[in-house]
Amino acid sequence: MLKIAKYIILDIVRSKVLLAYTLLLLAISLTIFMSDADVTKGLVSITTVILIIVPLVSIVYATTYYFNAAEFTEMLVSQPISRRNILMGKFIGISSSILLAFIIGVCLPVSLFAFSATGITLMISGCLLTLSFISLAFFTSTITRDKAKGIGLALMLWFYFSIIFDGLVLLFLYTFADYPLEKAMIALTALNPIDLARILILLQMDISALMGYTGALYQQFFGSGIGIAFSLVMQLVWIVVPLFFALRIFKKKDL
Amino acid sequence: MKSRVVKIGLLFLLPFQVCANTIIVAPHTNVATLKQALTLAKNGDSIIVKKGTYASINTVIDKELTILGENHPILDAHFTEEVITITASHVKLDGFIIKNSKTGSMRDFAGIRLSNVEYVTISNNILVDNFFGIYLSNCLHIQLLHNLITGSANIENSGNGIHLWKCKEVLIKENYVTRHRDGIYFEFAKKCLIEDNLSEKNIRYGLHFMFSDDDTYRHNTFKNNGSGVSVMYTRRIAMLDNTFIENWGSSIYGVLLKEITDARIEGNHFIRNTTGIYMENSDRITVTHNDFISNGWAMRVLASCNKDHFTQNNYKGNSFDVTTNGTLKEIYFSNNYWDKYDGYDLNKDGVGDIPYRPISLYAQIIEQNPQSVMLMRSFIVNLIDKVERAIPSITPESVKDDKPAMKPWKK
Repeated sequence: MLKIAKYIILDIVRSKVLLAYTLLLLAISLTIFMSDADVTKGLVSITTVILIIVPLVSIVYATTYYFNAAEFTEMLVSQPISRRNILMGKFIGISSSILLAFIIGVCLPVSLFAFSATGITLMISGCLLTLSFISLAFFTSTITRDKAKGIGLALMLWFYFSIIFDGLVLLFLYTFADYPLEKAMIALTALNPIDLARILILLQMDISALMGYTGALYQQFFGSGIGIAFSLVMQLVWIVVPLFFALRIFKKKDL
Repeated sequence: MKSRVVKIGLLFLLPFQVCANTIIVAPHTNVATLKQALTLAKNGDSIIVKKGTYASINTVIDKELTILGENHPILDAHFTEEVITITASHVKLDGFIIKNSKTGSMRDFAGIRLSNVEYVTISNNILVDNFFGIYLSNCLHIQLLHNLITGSANIENSGNGIHLWKCKEVLIKENYVTRHRDGIYFEFAKKCLIEDNLSEKNIRYGLHFMFSDDDTYRHNTFKNNGSGVSVMYTRRIAMLDNTFIENWGSSIYGVLLKEITDARIEGNHFIRNTTGIYMENSDRITVTHNDFISNGWAMRVLASCNKDHFTQNNYKGNSFDVTTNGTLKEIYFSNNYWDKYDGYDLNKDGVGDIPYRPISLYAQIIEQNPQSVMLMRSFIVNLIDKVERAIPSITPESVKDDKPAMKPWKK
């Protein structure tokens, strides 16, 4: 398993796409921190950027890589290695290399310029977000056999989680405006890893004061130990569950 | 003959010279307390208090005296009464440390109380752990200069730092107030000038006033107070060049204006407040040359406001520039600088060619549906705001800046 991961890491690190991604993140973080003296504002801007870019790149790159390495997978399957180990090895390989890009591109500048509770939340949420979207990428790649279909599905998922979902939430809020929705909203945010990350970071930034009663309620929940644990667990669920389904499909899949 | 006139003249002068005694108070001498000195003194005398600690259980100053503390002698009421009460006019009290007045819910015990007096100066004193700091009732022409007033920061046992009730023409300058309930509190105080004060970390408001017409506030700083600054039911005030900073939290305002009419708000800085200015029932207010920087809401103008003018202000880095709860009428914006403005200026005259609408669509959505605050900074919110800016359809037509400035205003 680890050997497969090692081969994949070496392969990915050599590719220029990942290098470009790292440099892009690094450029964004550094420009934001350099151009604005206010570190908190910088963190807000970085949050906005990473909430769009990180899921997109993670899911698309992982899917593309998965399909590009289809022959390698077929070759591995012919060897006496369990399919579980093959898929997990692939996951570890791809995720650790994309994570490495994120760590160099975002975590490094953030810990240099803005090492605070907010910064740490940003780093952790970013890492978890990366992992959950790679996990989703594995799910989409195992579902379909066609590369174009797989990438299309990945893009659709990204589009759904970053735009459509929030639109639906807004629609939901308007439809049921007469009802107390605080608890429902907490449940709804758990259904989207991007929202989870965003709210965790925003609450750290003390924007909760802006939010009035609803914000106070959220702060009470997500600010407490249970709330933080809840959102971390939910993010982990978003990593584990798609991967679990991917594994189940992959085990039975006729390559 | 001439010498006789001079002698008679001298005779007239004599009583004044005799009266203007200086009494020195020092520990372990004949005059060991301020109270003793006060019984000895006559109108017009000076009392100098040497360094030391003196018990002062409600010392009443009822003569026209100049009382000076040397090297900050301490007057301590040991939490039993008020420290000093001034009931005579033309008193000057300077250079004391005034400590530990009683606290209570029946009476407003104060460090220094002035009642029904004129032309009194309170300067260079340090007030520590008093219930109320300086308490003025029914006074005229008072000067409060350069006092340091620190309360106990205890919610139950804190009064106001500087408290004015029914006063006129009071000058409050270069004072520092902290850890009290309200830093500076005015009720029925007219024609006062409040200048160069710093009021921070008070439990409730940094500045709180009601029914206090024609006052001027200049160069003051109100920082990190429990509820910011609240001004109500007042006409013709001027707030100039003040700084309102870091008043942060739900229902905390940089400035809360309620039923204020004909006010001038100029050259102030509103930095990192939850709400910079909150306006309710406030008419004919001109807001010019102010800086609104990194606030949650730069301004919240309720629909009950009328005929207000906002010109040449800078709005930078605020989450929301302007919000409202209904339809704004006769609220005018012009020549403001908005950092979110993305219009153009073809003829390069420094004025944007298309109007700026300060009320964003998302602000309107939050107004109708507070829950949707959870979508803040999400992609969809940025998207719908951009779309609405490009093709306005839902945001109110009337609220717009027809001549947005392209560059921030400088003073």
